[in-house]
Amino acid sequence: MSILVDRSTRVIVQGITGKEGSYHAMACREYGTLVLGGVTPGKGGTVHEGFPVWDSVRDAVDAVHPDVSLIFVPPPFAADAILEAADAGIGLIVCITEGIPVQDMMRVRRILDIRNEEGEEIRLIGPNCPGIITPDGAKIGIMPGYIHKRGRVGVVSRSGTLTYEAVWQLTQLGLGESTCVGIGGDPIRGLNFVDVLALFEKDPETEAVVMIGEIGGDDEEKAAAFARAHMTKPIIGFIAGLTAPPGRRMGHAGAIVSGGKGSARDKMKALESYGVIVVDNPSIIGQTVSQTLKNGNYRRTPTCHH
Amino acid sequence: MNIHEYQAKELFKSYGVAVPSGVVVDSAEDAGALISAKSGIFGGGTSVFAVKAQIHAGGRGKAGGVKIAKNMADIPAMVAGLLGKTLVTHQTGPEGRLVRKVWIEEGAVIAREFYLSLVLDRSSRRVSILASTEGGMEIEEVSATHPEKILTLSIDPEMGCKGFVGRRIASFLGLPVSLYNAFSTLLGNLYRFFTETDCMMVEINPLILTGDGRLLALDAKVSFDDNALYRQEKVLALRDLFEENELEIEASKHRLNYVKLDGSIACMVNGAGLAMATMDVIALAGGTPANFLDVGGGASKETVEQAFRILLGDPAVKGIFVNIFGGIVRCERIAGGIIAAAKDVKLHVPLVVRLQGTNAKEGREMLRESGLNLQVAEELFEGAEKIVLAVKGAK
Repeated sequence: MSILVDRSTRVIVQGITGKEGSYHAMACREYGTLVLGGVTPGKGGTVHEGFPVWDSVRDAVDAVHPDVSLIFVPPPFAADAILEAADAGIGLIVCITEGIPVQDMMRVRRILDIRNEEGEEIRLIGPNCPGIITPDGAKIGIMPGYIHKRGRVGVVSRSGTLTYEAVWQLTQLGLGESTCVGIGGDPIRGLNFVDVLALFEKDPETEAVVMIGEIGGDDEEKAAAFARAHMTKPIIGFIAGLTAPPGRRMGHAGAIVSGGKGSARDKMKALESYGVIVVDNPSIIGQTVSQTLKNGNYRRTPTCHH
Repeated sequence: MNIHEYQAKELFKSYGVAVPSGVVVDSAEDAGALISAKSGIFGGGTSVFAVKAQIHAGGRGKAGGVKIAKNMADIPAMVAGLLGKTLVTHQTGPEGRLVRKVWIEEGAVIAREFYLSLVLDRSSRRVSILASTEGGMEIEEVSATHPEKILTLSIDPEMGCKGFVGRRIASFLGLPVSLYNAFSTLLGNLYRFFTETDCMMVEINPLILTGDGRLLALDAKVSFDDNALYRQEKVLALRDLFEENELEIEASKHRLNYVKLDGSIACMVNGAGLAMATMDVIALAGGTPANFLDVGGGASKETVEQAFRILLGDPAVKGIFVNIFGGIVRCERIAGGIIAAAKDVKLHVPLVVRLQGTNAKEGREMLRESGLNLQVAEELFEGAEKIVLAVKGAK
């Protein structure tokens, strides 16, 4: 088992004829992901690097019934691309694009929320994220496939390369990963820590979760409160940005301490108080997971029984 | 992106949000000339004027950046006193900000003062409106001492800011019923401004009710979403490069994401999260980070070279720590880029390079054999310890 994606997941790529889309569609296919083709408006009916191209997501859905759409569309058109995928009935949308205006994402998220409340099931991963990978199953994103190894630990993160750092440690120690989800560095996004933690809790293959957060917002705090109430599996957390000065944006659009809120210190305190094992040195994430799993009796007792 | 008060007030005006009449000047001569020549600017019945230094930071009043002129003739001298002055407020840092422009505006008779702001609230994923009866005070302070004096509402983006929202806030603020519609219109205009120009935050503190029953924005603070500037040409034209750090401007020209900090150990990293974590690990190893720098995925020779030049442009830098996790880009290519760049730039401070990921072993081998004066590391913390030690040894 794993979460959200596996070997049988059917994938299309929006923006497949662009430089990034094209490169990563091929890299995902090479990894073994079932990439069935892609969408570029105006290029329907052509074949690109062996992939059939459709004019619209609706056409792609009619032709190959994909489960996932992976989006590499430039920022001015990305919000539209996400809604196009949602409207065509795609259940999992993974948006890699960095630099989407926040108000665009505010409106996209509102529409997805309304549709989900009406009974549809649409999940969005990202934007501004590396994507999702189930090792030896499906790589749907831009992460380097080979650093991953199928295993026992679920990873959820707001960062890209910092996630690779943690994954590499888990792989080197032989623990491996069940699924890794990059939820993205933007202030408004699709799936959040809470959603992914809930999925990992239900996944029998996942024995522990690594959660990598950073400054800005209060999603880590919400995740910790959720974990206290609902998680039996141990969570090992790291928060980046302890040395970041307030009021300055650290690369990611969402990485900013504003109005005294969202500091790394506060997040670490909140996580610890809810029973998350917090490390202050990212070099020891892997070995901390290893030690936690070796301590036989590691299961947490949630306050809220299912 | 932030703008000046006078720019925000001009935008407000164009969206139908009333502001006091005023004029911006960058010399005392201009102030004298404009005031007399364009006496039409100040048509109100008051002889009191506010003379306000224009910098991108709050706390100007306490720092002596806002003067009140009781007489039009006093204005040029006040302008002269402010221009060229470095204002240090709680938001500028100890180095302060140089005043290059001054905004002169007509005084108003204040009957009541309110606080009103709109922010893009990431937690509720909506535009939140904050209103308070305690105008002119720091909202953080009001929130801590009198939270009941703040009303927070969020706007469903599918619905927009309808009349009832304004009426509810007007009632909360205790405005006379005769002003409910005027307030709703003002709020609707602000919301339209917020969404049409891709704001992140709009703050009016204070919003005043004048003696003759008008609502007037006495201050204006606006910040915009950097991601949306591509479609906000008019906003982008308001960017004031003097308010930004020179090295940060230079870095942005080369598409490098750089933020200057106060420490002595510079770092160069691929990826924003890893860059932040690298700063943290430098601190954990006993050093102080001099910057945040994300060189992105590529890390080519040109990128690395530019990055080195920017890092060395900060005289406080005593050592450089390069931390690259090679994913899609292989480490031996990155090592090649670092070697070529280091040779061209002629580094005069200790350098530690940590390479991990795809073909890291080969990359580290290349660095060791390059003949360059550098140390190689495998692990993140090991790299941080090495650079901290090297900088201490070099003193």
